[in-house]
Amino acid sequence: MGMRGLGIRGEIPIWFFVGVLLTIYGALIGGHGVYAWITHQRDPVMLAGLHAPVWWGGILLALGLVYCVKFLPGKGN
Amino acid sequence: MMVSASASSIVSGSSMLAMLLTPPPHGQLAHLTPLDVAVIAIYFTMVLFIGFYLRQSSNTSEQFFLAGREMTAWIAGLSFVSANMGSLELMGWAGSAYQYGILATHWYWIGAIPAMLFLGLVMMPFYYVCKTHSVPGYLKLRFGESSRILAAFSFAIEMVLMSGVNMFSMAVVMKVVLGWDITFSILMSSLAVAVYVGLGGLRSAIYNEVLQFVLIWAGALLVPILGLVEAGGWHKMVARIASNYRGQDYVHLWRDTAHFSANPMGVHWTGIVFGLGFVISFGYWTTDFLVVQRVLAARNLRAAQMAPIIGSFFKMAVPFIVILPGLLGLVVLQNPDGTLLHLVGENHVSVANPHSFNEVLPLMMVRYLGPGLLGLGITALMAGFMSGMAGNVSAFATVWTYDLYQPLIRKRAPDSHYVAIGRWATVLGVAVSIGAAYLVMHAAGIMDYVQALFSFFIAPLLGAILLGMFWKRATAAGGFCGLLLGILSSVGLFVWVRMDPSALSMVALSPDAKSMAENLYRALWSFLIAVTVTVAVSLFTRPRPMAELEGLVYGVTKLPFQEPVPFYKNQWFWAVVVVILFAGLNILFW
Repeated sequence: MGMRGLGIRGEIPIWFFVGVLLTIYGALIGGHGVYAWITHQRDPVMLAGLHAPVWWGGILLALGLVYCVKFLPGKGN
Repeated sequence: MMVSASASSIVSGSSMLAMLLTPPPHGQLAHLTPLDVAVIAIYFTMVLFIGFYLRQSSNTSEQFFLAGREMTAWIAGLSFVSANMGSLELMGWAGSAYQYGILATHWYWIGAIPAMLFLGLVMMPFYYVCKTHSVPGYLKLRFGESSRILAAFSFAIEMVLMSGVNMFSMAVVMKVVLGWDITFSILMSSLAVAVYVGLGGLRSAIYNEVLQFVLIWAGALLVPILGLVEAGGWHKMVARIASNYRGQDYVHLWRDTAHFSANPMGVHWTGIVFGLGFVISFGYWTTDFLVVQRVLAARNLRAAQMAPIIGSFFKMAVPFIVILPGLLGLVVLQNPDGTLLHLVGENHVSVANPHSFNEVLPLMMVRYLGPGLLGLGITALMAGFMSGMAGNVSAFATVWTYDLYQPLIRKRAPDSHYVAIGRWATVLGVAVSIGAAYLVMHAAGIMDYVQALFSFFIAPLLGAILLGMFWKRATAAGGFCGLLLGILSSVGLFVWVRMDPSALSMVALSPDAKSMAENLYRALWSFLIAVTVTVAVSLFTRPRPMAELEGLVYGVTKLPFQEPVPFYKNQWFWAVVVVILFAGLNILFW
């Protein structure tokens, strides 16, 4: 079950786009979460003490970077 | 969904941004921060970029309508599931879970998994070998032109009307949740879909569906995770549901389906197994071109067979982000004074009960998701809508071009002509969908009828295709008459119950049956009528020679040789894994 792109020579794999989007979202959401934590701002939501933006943003960022690197255009995908 | 909203002017430019960031008036669930708006804007930029980027590789009809038949099993499989997610998949079924409990999961498990496996393992070889562009195209090869035109015409109408209803419903949700203008929501999302599908065809639709599938999970998965943390875990949630709603069972799939009156949905297990699990599910997953088109785009037969199987794993997991939030809503949602919040049906929304079942997922999102994460959650809802709409319009463009325009208007033309027609059909499909959305807005009662359209065609089509594929004796006249009478009988049953509500007890075989049961049994009866008529007429008409059925019918089709592969790449191995998981989940939540 190979998880490659469209298999078309020269075309950017869809997984690279997925990686880019997750990386941007992870950086934005995680960055906000870290800033809010450091500056002791609490989002007006339940379980704010769990700092979901920090760890969820971190997961998105890590996944996004993995996909960006693994499916970087020109790597023979 | 709430349907009483008025259209207002088209919003653009700076006023658009101002509207997005406007603080919530009374009754509106949430408002967006600049970070949320950035998350949504980045999503739209990305999907439009993909459309423009793929325009260069969608120049031939094979590329535009079937994505060049170059998709891997993973991409076809994710696109297959994503196109089905539709606009209200997330919110609608979360609302159903709040209303009916875990019974709503049947639409994801028995109502999908067996049919997806059957499509991949049994039916896909025939679709793939006969090289059809569409499901109506298969009917043409098997039963002749009249069956194709009937199926194509009904499918085209169904696609644009369903798309319009979904578009309007999504816009109403955005109005309720964020206070967005209805026209702004409709135009923003539908024009984006028109651009990226019109430019890049099925390839662009599929590319974006994969992206949207990932986003749906990224945006929605956090809600059940945090909900379970707040509720204290699954067992505590179940205990609190039992204590909050005494006498009603929300957490068993099968235990209380022996009697119509014993479960909140008012259904019987026979309706679930035969009506939903067989007729509706097999009808949708194996004959609805919206989903089958994604698998036809696979690059070889093995990938085409693997795609639905890969999709079935994800389909089985969807209840975690759809059903579980609905169940959690039963225990964690509270009024400002700390009492349990009770959601009600759309018709019972009032000052005392301001929120409907369908708002359970947005309410849960607002409860847990702060700046950025809320934007991601809203993006997930819009991605669900756009993937469903892209599925509708790309399937419509293909059926319009190949099954209506080519046979009825211009039989022979250069390939580039049909690609141009496909692009314009995409725009036309979106335009008609927008028209349908406004039609629904001004005549709310139409919504029920449009949604019933789906059930009118699917069950009879299943009867015609199954007999066509697995019974050599089925004839063109039999197939056409079965399809036509099946559709007419389904419409007839629907009208009968609308005119005389007491007829429901006869259609669904019980005085305790509710409207959900009507849908299941109406599908079952129209399927049986279609099959009976097809068989009867076929027996009295001349069958086609066997040689003409090669590639179309089981028993006279030589399937292409597939190179042996290791077991972990074999579709039968993964199908067995799916069956074990499916059985295990049903037993676990019995």
